[in-house]
Amino acid sequence: MPLSMVNPGQSVILKSIRWGSKLRKKLYDMGLTEGVKITVISDNINGAFIINVRGSRVVLGSSLTNQIIVDVI
Amino acid sequence: MGNNINIALAGNPNSGKTTLFNALTGSRQYVGNWPGVTVEKKEGKTRYNDEEIVVVDLPGTYSLSPYSLEEVIARNYIVEESPNVVVNVVDATNIERNLYLSIQLIELGTPVVIALNMMDMVEKMGINIEVKKLSKMLGVPVVPIVASKKKGIEELLDVVVRLSKGEIEYNPCVVDYGKDLEEKISETIESLKLNPLAKKYNLRWLAIKVIEGDEKVLKTLNIDDEEESFEDDEISLLDDYESIIADKKYQFITEIVSKAVNKPKDEKLTTSDKIDKVLTNKWLGIPIFAGLMYIVFFMTFNIGNIFLDIIDAFFSETVSGWASNALEAVGAAEWLKSLIVDGIIGGVGGVLTFLPNIIILFIFISILEDSGYMARVAFIMDRAMRKIGLNGKAFIPMLMGFGCNVPAIMGTRTLDNEKERIAAILINPFMSCGARLPVYILFASVFFAGHEDTVVFSLYVLGILVAIIVGLIFKKTLFKGEGAPFVMELPPYRIPTLKGIFIHVWERVKGYLVKAGTIIFAASIILWFLLGYNFSGPADITESIGASIGKAIAPIFTPLGFGNWRAALSLVSGLLAKEVVISNMAIIYGLGETVAEAALEGDITGFASTLSNTFNQLTAYAFMVFVLLYTPCVATIGVIKRETNSWKWTLFSIAYQFVVAWVMSMLVFQVGSLLGLGL
Repeated sequence: MPLSMVNPGQSVILKSIRWGSKLRKKLYDMGLTEGVKITVISDNINGAFIINVRGSRVVLGSSLTNQIIVDVI
Repeated sequence: MGNNINIALAGNPNSGKTTLFNALTGSRQYVGNWPGVTVEKKEGKTRYNDEEIVVVDLPGTYSLSPYSLEEVIARNYIVEESPNVVVNVVDATNIERNLYLSIQLIELGTPVVIALNMMDMVEKMGINIEVKKLSKMLGVPVVPIVASKKKGIEELLDVVVRLSKGEIEYNPCVVDYGKDLEEKISETIESLKLNPLAKKYNLRWLAIKVIEGDEKVLKTLNIDDEEESFEDDEISLLDDYESIIADKKYQFITEIVSKAVNKPKDEKLTTSDKIDKVLTNKWLGIPIFAGLMYIVFFMTFNIGNIFLDIIDAFFSETVSGWASNALEAVGAAEWLKSLIVDGIIGGVGGVLTFLPNIIILFIFISILEDSGYMARVAFIMDRAMRKIGLNGKAFIPMLMGFGCNVPAIMGTRTLDNEKERIAAILINPFMSCGARLPVYILFASVFFAGHEDTVVFSLYVLGILVAIIVGLIFKKTLFKGEGAPFVMELPPYRIPTLKGIFIHVWERVKGYLVKAGTIIFAASIILWFLLGYNFSGPADITESIGASIGKAIAPIFTPLGFGNWRAALSLVSGLLAKEVVISNMAIIYGLGETVAEAALEGDITGFASTLSNTFNQLTAYAFMVFVLLYTPCVATIGVIKRETNSWKWTLFSIAYQFVVAWVMSMLVFQVGSLLGLGL
């Protein structure tokens, strides 16, 4: 399911990122590689998320949270 | 001599590179708590044991694959200038992600020293890092430091110097990418050996970049042709390689971290997370932000104004009185006395009067920036910004614009997409900078006594609204298409230090004072002449050259309600620096015979009573709206030219802002008149 459907407080495993290679590379660089554990900290009205990935807090815009596919642990 | 050691500070955004830079070189570069404070490389010097060390502070980057402009600057420096030693600043509280860049720096081949920063925070969080083990596994020296407290700096310099002289054994780790990829890497290295352009680089690093399909590297090596044959059969593989390479690096790091770092097991929410639950809450985020901003302007106004009268009295009574007496005593000519008292003291003093308000505004902006709240605002405002084709990150330069638009426009370098960056630059001047504040304070105190803070706040809000509306129009016309998605790291909240705020405020106040001593000083002298003379010699102010210029322009402003020469001349001269609007008015109204007395005894109310002959509430508001929105000052125009690298956009910016200001101000006046306001 897309990350946008995960509730704050829940943890999931990143499965794939459906986006062009340039941005995907940047996300890899920020630690969002396949198989990594993500915890959702807060969400915004429009679907932007604050997540915890590898100990850092990262904001992901709503267009992205729809395109990041995750698996529930 | 001649044997300078060159070191570069590299690291993730917000890992404390600039703090370390300041600790090393004794300079006071601005440090903030959001990713992307440093967008340009900065150079400084330090000495250690008779060695001269040149230190270059680079913008933060997550990896060596350049994504935004600031990251390109950082990578180019390390790759092309090959410093003797790269000091990799690692935020120890976030070691896993930070080591990702370290691994790439190590791969690059330049000797790396890791400065493990924020060790004090690590202890507080109950994390234990075995530095020796870490150093052994990475194969590079690791020095624990606390840059903000200048701890570990000597040790770091010692290691840097010894490493640069080859006195330390350096056996960097090598990441194993697995059989398939390693074969591919070896093959690529072989073919790169034949490429003369590849000579100066580390071949293994280069090979990995080629496999990742790094555009910049392929371009320098001139191998786009090869890439095509590469792409035919392996286009999907290419994507996989990127993912595998990143993944292998992280696996390698996870392995190291699991051995050298002992974290408390339970991953509870940190204090920052708890604060975020409230401040970035779905429903509360925007109201809290609006409330905080209102408090900022309320304080700017009410605390600032306590000092206003004192400073005003100081300039118009003490300084002016003293100068008049002194000039009289030495028998100076009447015109010289007027030049100094009415022109210089009036003009420059008129601007300096508002210094307390400016200082308070800057203190609050610094607190917002240093605490880490600024980055949250980007998250909160993402929705609004997305409507105009930008994302939340673009709101940070907008907020910085409340201080000064010049660094704010440079701050747009953090945006990933060039189209977005130009749109963000073009709307930035609508954010009301500190220099425009004196105009509002003066007019609001005269015409809206008792409601000054609300009036000033309304102008700031109007600035944001106009920026959003204009952004919307841009999105529909000039910059069509979806913006880049929003990705940004959030720094943890930190309690701002007094020292940090002091440095930050002082830097900005210094800028304000320098401007008062240069541009405003010069403008005051010129305006004094323009207002006291015409081509046949000394003249009455209404017959002066200044008045003629003003009269020629004034009709443009008639539909806006302030078509008088005084306002027109002030606005034109305000293009030099927005404060000049005020110094100009101070000179005009100070020179006028009717207030000759008032100017000498000189309180702001004397100035005010003359102002109210030419303005009423409605025209005063229309005037403030115009000052808020019209063509930016020369310094801002200069930076727009530099950052867009285009005369077309620069001229466009000058013209369209004038039009927007004219239309908005006209609407205020015309609609207000219809409603019978301001009579």
